[in-house]
Order: sequence, then structure tokens, then C-alpha cells
Amino acid sequence: MAEFLINTVRLPAWLAWSVTAGVAAALILNVIAGGALVFIWAERKIAGRIQDRLGPTRTGGKFGWLQSLADGLKLLAKEDLMPDGADGMLFRLAPYVSFCASFCAFIALPFAFDFIGQRMNVGVFFVIAVLGIEVFGVILAGYASASKWSLFGAMREAAQVVSYEVPLGMCVVVPVMLAGSMDLVTIAEKQAGWLTNWYLFHDPFTFVIFWVYVTCAVASVNRAPFDLAEAESELVAGFHTEYSGLRWSYFFMAEYGSMFLVSALAALLFLGGWNGPVPVASLLGLSEGTGDTASYFVRLLGMANLLGKASLGVLIMMWIRWTLPRLRIDQVMMTCLKYCTPLAAAMFLGAMLWQIALPGGLVPGLRRPAGEIREGWLPGPGGAFKVRSADVGKVVQVSP
Amino acid sequence: MAQMLDDDPRIIEFDVRTDEMLVNMGPQHPSTHGVLRLVLRTDGEVVSEVEPHIGYLHRCAEKIGENLTHRQWIPYTDRMDYLAAMNMNLGWALAVEKLMKYQVSEKARHLRVLIVELNRIASHLVGMGAYGLDLGTFSPFLYAFREREKILDLFEEACGARLTYSYITVGGLTADLPSGWLVKCEAFLEQFEPIIQEYHALLTTNAIFVKRTANIGVMSPELAIEYGCSGPVLRGSGVDQDMRRDGEAIYTAMYDSYAFEVAVMKDGHYPRDHVYPAVPADAVLGDCWHRFFVRMLEVVQSMDLVRQAIDRYSACKGPLGEPLKLTEKMPAGDAYLETECPKGQMGFYLVSDGSAIPWRVRARSSSFSNLAVAHELCRGCLIADVPAIVGSLDIVMGEIDR
Repeated sequence: MAEFLINTVRLPAWLAWSVTAGVAAALILNVIAGGALVFIWAERKIAGRIQDRLGPTRTGGKFGWLQSLADGLKLLAKEDLMPDGADGMLFRLAPYVSFCASFCAFIALPFAFDFIGQRMNVGVFFVIAVLGIEVFGVILAGYASASKWSLFGAMREAAQVVSYEVPLGMCVVVPVMLAGSMDLVTIAEKQAGWLTNWYLFHDPFTFVIFWVYVTCAVASVNRAPFDLAEAESELVAGFHTEYSGLRWSYFFMAEYGSMFLVSALAALLFLGGWNGPVPVASLLGLSEGTGDTASYFVRLLGMANLLGKASLGVLIMMWIRWTLPRLRIDQVMMTCLKYCTPLAAAMFLGAMLWQIALPGGLVPGLRRPAGEIREGWLPGPGGAFKVRSADVGKVVQVSP
Repeated sequence: MAQMLDDDPRIIEFDVRTDEMLVNMGPQHPSTHGVLRLVLRTDGEVVSEVEPHIGYLHRCAEKIGENLTHRQWIPYTDRMDYLAAMNMNLGWALAVEKLMKYQVSEKARHLRVLIVELNRIASHLVGMGAYGLDLGTFSPFLYAFREREKILDLFEEACGARLTYSYITVGGLTADLPSGWLVKCEAFLEQFEPIIQEYHALLTTNAIFVKRTANIGVMSPELAIEYGCSGPVLRGSGVDQDMRRDGEAIYTAMYDSYAFEVAVMKDGHYPRDHVYPAVPADAVLGDCWHRFFVRMLEVVQSMDLVRQAIDRYSACKGPLGEPLKLTEKMPAGDAYLETECPKGQMGFYLVSDGSAIPWRVRARSSSFSNLAVAHELCRGCLIADVPAIVGSLDIVMGEIDR
């Protein structure tokens, strides 16, 4: 888009880039915020169905699909309350810290090949790091609220999330190691092809570590059974006890944003990213890197793939939330320190040794490098987005 | 205080203790079952002392009872344990009947058993569902309420009310069952029976649930007796007492021809008349898990009793009998009777000077004694255990404050 503005509209470069960045930011922000609204609605419907009731049914005609928006309007209209003893500045700041951290991480999250806010060579690192900032908002909120329950919530959040980032980091390192890159696009590209190319099925160790990742991801976004920071039967509402109205809704949006983020990350790292279980596009001879109209549709298909996988992850989190009781703080810490961390470390070591011992996998024919399937359009190091024109439209035979 | 903490091996962080914090849990708190206020003395997450404050729901019910006739006070008993109003009605009605040496008809006797046992199921369903809520799981609560709703529908059909029934009254019941009611009741039991397995899957045997309840809030039988605990709380500690079997003649006569085994762990196992999950290895007799489990067993036991009562009730020929007049005079004297309510032994005491209005009325609440033991159980636990322990006592504030 920036090139278009510079070359055709003849805008100065700085303006063109600013406009492009603004449009991209607005797109990401609105898509994620809209997505969060959809997930909030979905959670209410799913919770309703799980609990033998209907959930919202009226707002917006059918299925109550406008319920989240109506709730948002209600929250907008609420009185802006702050407790007397609260630390005003921090109290106001906290929701935005959480919200911004959760939404900023989407900048580096590819939705499909080339559908990405900003491609980074340290994408994984960026996402995990920025997501980690979210906890600051929660701690600030708990500290600034001048409420003992909020303080308990903040202390729990600090202890829990900081601990869980250790095994989470280890889980994330395994796909990075297998792909040899921290770039999320590259990691996903390496899993192109058939289902067996997904890192989930790369070796037994990655299969196990995927489940460790799921556990840690649920814990690090504070979802049941690890939702100790807001544990409503113990801490009233934990860190957001004193929040209401729009500020509270920012925490809510951040929570749903983060849920989607860790699910999308799981999809990118372990479940082939935007590559479906069957490489439909390359079987049809289409490629997503060429830049023509067909490739655009391939990318849209890829995006649908990724969104589908990520949404499935979110749905599973909802399912877990409405099924399981909550753990106690010492049990949560024990799960992390006694099980997740050693398991993640062992699996990391195992995956590394497997890589050395059996680089081709148990059945070499099963796992074919993506490049073989897509005949070399895959960007090599330093050659991102370059496509050989000879490959455009070439039908590739793939032996199953 | 320091000495007490020192002796308690559960407080592991004694030598790194920091400043204590007083936290008010309630009266507006999601998991205090009404308007209970618990003052927690905490050190971080560790609770060193729990002090219950009660009286937020006090309505002078006993004093009101001294200004109304015996039958007029029935609706006030409804509002004590509002989750088991039928059992409250029965307790008062039997106490008055004991004083008056009045005998209800056999049909009314079986109908009373039917109704109170059905209400016991409803009450335990709430106890179970709300306990799940205390531990952070929402769905079992709604599954429990779904089934309770059906019991309430049955009650509504029988007496017109869904919560405060005043159905059982002095001298019998206000009305007989409508036609077709027993069939519906049987259909409900039929439909409800398999659902109990779902509750076991979601709660009783759930790994997280067991982790949260097993070996938490362990109450020795001695402690339970010392504090006057009763009902599932007492039986959860392995004390074999049930007023339906061990109570006074006027009460046990109701259950004379009924076959039931008290749900209590004897010689390391619970009564084996039904299929139920095994006791997890971590559970210790007297902990939250056992209190919860006794309630679950009592649901099955009550279903059995309801079935037996349906048979006996339908076998009874003759009229149900009319309840006593509102102004029926009582003989001078006093009477005290304890009945086995879902929460424990509920006692009613009345002194009469010969008129229809009792001279003194007192109620002995089971939840009151059950709550009193909370501070012993909560010493040295974590904050998250406080709802788990208080929830396992299954208290109702309406009964404590009266």
C-alpha cells in the first residue's frame, strides 16, 4: 500500500508510510476488538448451551448476536467510579496497559502469508514479550484499587503469570529450534504440506510439549481453572473488583484478545499456522506467494484456516472454563514448578536430540520439506517475498 | 495467638511471617451463602484466624412466635431454612403435636415422609451446586438447579408455593396431593437417578475437585461432637447419628416401616446398598470431601425413601385428616423436639400456658452449631480454602439468624 501511495498518488514517503501504518493499526485494532466482541458473545452462548440454557436470544434479532455491543453501550453509559483511597493515575492507567499489551502483540501475528502487521525476525519473542506486559496492567490495577481483594488478585497474578512464562518460553523455543527461525511466518511456512508436517506431529516430544504449551497458555491468560487473579468465589472479582464501566471492559477485551492470541500462537507454532491439514492450494497448483489474484484467494483460505484453528483453541478454553473447578494457588504453582517446567525442559532436550538423531523423521517419506512440495518459491534466508516467475501457475505433483 | 500458630504444623511459613492483614469476607461476598460476614486474619494467602459475624438476617422469628398461635407460626418456620422449608414445617408441627400428644393419620404420616424427603433432595442439590460454585465451577450449579426446579414444580402443584410452602402443618397437611401427582413424582425420580452419576463425574470424582476438598478442613469426630455439629457435617466425620433413626419416638415412628441405612462411613466404607464412586486415596474422614459425599449419598437415600413413601401412601385407604384449628388450645407444659433436617438437627422448643399462643418459642439451629466450628477448621488454611470449608458446612443464614 505504501508503494502504491508513493508511486501512484505521489505522496512523500514519510506520509505514505504513516498513512499505511495508520490503516494497518486501525485494521488490526478493529478486527481484534470486533473479534473480542464475537468471542464474548460466543462465550455466553456456549456457556448457556453447556449449562442447559439458551444464553442471549433477543438482542439483534436472532441468537442475541448484538448482545456484546449492547453490553458495551451499557458499559459506556455507566458512572465512572473510582474508590476514595485509590491511586488515581495508576488506577486509570492500568486498563490501558493491559489492553495495549494484549493488542500490540497482534502486530507481529501473521494471519496468513503476508497478512501481517509487521513481519519481524523475532516475531515469537516479540509476541511473548509484549503479552508479558499485560500482567503489569493487572498488578497496577490491584495495587491502585485500594482494596484488599484487588491486592490479593494482583499478588496471585504476579506469582502465577511470572512463573508460567518460564515453561511457556521453553515450549515456544522448540518450534523455533525446529524451524531455525524466530520469524512466525517462517515457522508456519516450514509446516506447509500435509498434516504430518505440523510440528505437533514432528516427534513425540513436540506432541507432548504442545499440551504443556496449552496448559501454560491457559494459565498465562488467566483462564479457568487458573483464573486465580479474579477467582470470584474467593476474591469477589480479584484485581478488577473496583473497576466498572469502560475501564472494566478494557480488561475484558484484553482477556479475550489474549485468549485469541495464545490460541493463534499455538496454531502457528504447532498446528501448521495457516496451512490446512491437506495442502489444497498446492495440489491445485496455486501458490500464495505469487501476488496475483489467485494467490490472494489462497491467502484468504490460509487466513480462514488460521482463524479456524485459533477459534477452536478459544472454544476449548471456554469449554474447560465451564467444566472444571478452580485450582488453589499452591496447586497452580506446583503444577508450574513441579510438572510443567521440568516436563518442558525434558521435552526440549528430547526434541533437540531427536533432531540430531533422526533429522528426517521416523518415516522419511512422510515428512517432506515444504520446499519440495511448493517447488522452491519458499523465501530463503534474506530472500523474503521474492518469487521466481517461472514457478507461477506450475502444477506440482505431490505424492501422498 | 502466637503460641497457637506455633503449634499448628499446617502453618509452614511461621518463621517468615510478615504483617497480618484483616480482611472482611462478606456480608457482600459471592461465596458466603447469604449475609455471613467472616473476618479473616491473613498473612499473605495463609489464614490464621476466621471469625464469623452473624445477625444480618435476624428477624426476631422466635419472639414473633410468642405472639401467634402454633399454626400461625408455620410460615415463619418456612423462612428459617428456606431451602428446606418442608422440613422446618415438620419440625415445628411435630413439636406442637408432641406437646398436644396428637397423632396424625397414617396417610398423613406417609405423605409427610414423602414431602420432606423430596425437600431433602432439593436442599442437598442446592448445597451441592453451590459448593461447586464455591470451588469455581459453574455448570454443576445449574445442573443441580435444573433438577431442583422439577421438585419445586411438584411442590407447587401440591401446595401452590415454590419456596415457602407452609404445607405441613400442625395436625397434618393443608391439602392432599392432586390426582396424578404421584405419577409425576415417580417419573421425576426415574429421570433423576442417572443424573446423579453426572454429578459424580463433574464433582465427586473430578481430579481438581478432589484436590481442592480432600484433606481440607479435617474435623475429628470429637471436635464435631464438642461443637454440637449435626447432620451431614457430623456424619462426614464418621459419627453414626441420624435423628430419623435415633430421635424421639414421635419422630422415628414416622420412619418405622421404612428401610434405610444411615449414610456414614463405618469400618472404612459407606453403606453398600448403592453404586457410588470409590473414596479417593487422599480423602481423610472428616474432610470437606466426605461432608460433600455424605450429602450425595443422602440424595440417593432420600430417593429410596420417597419411593417407599409413594408405595405406602398409595396403599393407605381413608381420609388424610384435617389439620388442627388455628386456635386449638395447647395443654400447659413444654416440649422440645429435634428432627433431622437436611442441614442437621433442627430443634424446636415451646412452652405453653394452656392457650393457643405459646408462651415461649425457641429454635435450635443446626447451621449455627455447624458454622461455629468453622474457625477451628479454617486455622492455617489458604484463602481459597475458606469458601471450600464454609461451603462444605452447607449453612443457611436464615436458619442461623432466625
